Amino acid sequence: MKVGVVGVGHGKFGRRSDATVQELAFEAFRAAMEDVKNLERKDIDSVIIGSSPEYHKQRSLPGVITEYIGMNDKPTWLTEAACASSSAALRSGYMAVKSGLHDVVLVLGVQKMTELNTAEIQSLMGRVGDVQWESIYGTTFPGYYALYANKHMDTYGTTGEQLARVAVKSHHYGAQNPYALFQKEITLERAMKSPMVADPLRVFDCCANADGAVALIITNDKLAKKYHDTPVWIDGLGSASAPISVLRRPDMTSIPSAVAAGKEAYKMAKVKPKDIQVADVHDCFTIAEILAYEDLGFAKKGQGGKFIDDKECYIGGKTPVNVDGGLKSKGHPVGATGASQTTEIVKQLRGDCGKRQVKGAEIGLTHNVGGIGQYCFVHVYKR
Amino acid sequence: MPFKYFGKINYTPYTKVSKFADELQKGKLVGSKCKNCGEKNFPPRADCLKCLSGDFEFIKAKSTGTLVTFTVIHSAPTGFEDMTPYTLGLVDLDGGGRLLSWFENTKDKDIKIGMKVKVVPKIFEEIEEIKLYYALEKK
Repeated sequence: MKVGVVGVGHGKFGRRSDATVQELAFEAFRAAMEDVKNLERKDIDSVIIGSSPEYHKQRSLPGVITEYIGMNDKPTWLTEAACASSSAALRSGYMAVKSGLHDVVLVLGVQKMTELNTAEIQSLMGRVGDVQWESIYGTTFPGYYALYANKHMDTYGTTGEQLARVAVKSHHYGAQNPYALFQKEITLERAMKSPMVADPLRVFDCCANADGAVALIITNDKLAKKYHDTPVWIDGLGSASAPISVLRRPDMTSIPSAVAAGKEAYKMAKVKPKDIQVADVHDCFTIAEILAYEDLGFAKKGQGGKFIDDKECYIGGKTPVNVDGGLKSKGHPVGATGASQTTEIVKQLRGDCGKRQVKGAEIGLTHNVGGIGQYCFVHVYKR
Repeated sequence: MPFKYFGKINYTPYTKVSKFADELQKGKLVGSKCKNCGEKNFPPRADCLKCLSGDFEFIKAKSTGTLVTFTVIHSAPTGFEDMTPYTLGLVDLDGGGRLLSWFENTKDKDIKIGMKVKVVPKIFEEIEEIKLYYALEKK
């Protein structure tokens, strides 16, 4: 049995002071229902929510969302894997369909981060590292990736300019994506002169906190064509974990869970890195995208900086990466991000991306990292 | 000395390795050793990763090491805003194990990956309540 995505619905990302978390979820759900045909709510067997609950005043989101979208008495539950929560939800949905337990599953990633202020978010995100031995020193999320960045620079000669080039590319494609939070090109100079957040990472090296939701509807190959003319199949799934603590990470130039998840997904889908025609990777920081080029095998180890210099990650290059603008331009509502990546790849493989379409793309990939790499989910998709 | 005194802001007041704080107050840095298989750890841990035993003892850790990587934090989390900018370093200890801490009494230009550092037990003196921590200094 194959499992495919038949419906995608992307809500508006940004500071959403106009909506509750369940109202955000409804936007995405409505859009997904408009994307499918012949499907009614009663045909959906379960609702899997991907979200990081610490940000919300509302407790136990699956309950409130499933009620608000009118899906009671269907079963619902939460998957949590920090920034990779909705890729974890998609993995759970895949298992539910593949096992035959459910025929149609709604996977909904949602987050409302701005119920907290920036310092509170810095504190909360810093505590995605080890709180007993690390957070007591005022670690932050950009700080953790900055440790990686400095080590990568020292070991491989990667430069601040190369980091900034990733931001320039993200904004270039973000400017063409109606779902992006920042739809504006930036210059290399502006990126390199922006204020320092955690040396060597500057403001333009960091993605923005955001609110938003994305919904996916998945089903088996018997039903898929009934609900959409062009189902996009999930052909490979890889997932791995790594120590949450940087005190137990042997190599500070690579995310080990991403390497393992990538290998597993490639093997299951029977593809090689060079076969991937379009990829959405987890660029919470510019250095994270450079690590992803290497961890996923698009570039050789240590050559991630050169990969962006040579524009191999642009449309027309070896492997177009984040041609939706990435987390950097779209904004990063933690729990919604994985589903947003899947939405982009589904649209690319359907051929629905207009100006930023990778022509003829048939094989795509998403790479969603949770925390500082304690979780990673890689999915390979085929048309 | 309860573990709640360890760190500028402590998030884990209760732990099986709380004696670490007593030793730090005495100016000693300690790790753990599994009494069953001899596996050593820094930071100390109560439960052995290797043989699963919960029987451990504290052993003296080396207070010198090598800087693996570092960053300068300019945008701080709640409770650390008064300290910016501060430089965090990740250090491989000479006797095994790794720690993360901030630099004190060290010039920015002297901080380089691969440099030798010493780990110095400290007490916050400017705050009424006792706060213990360790800091990094150029060796």
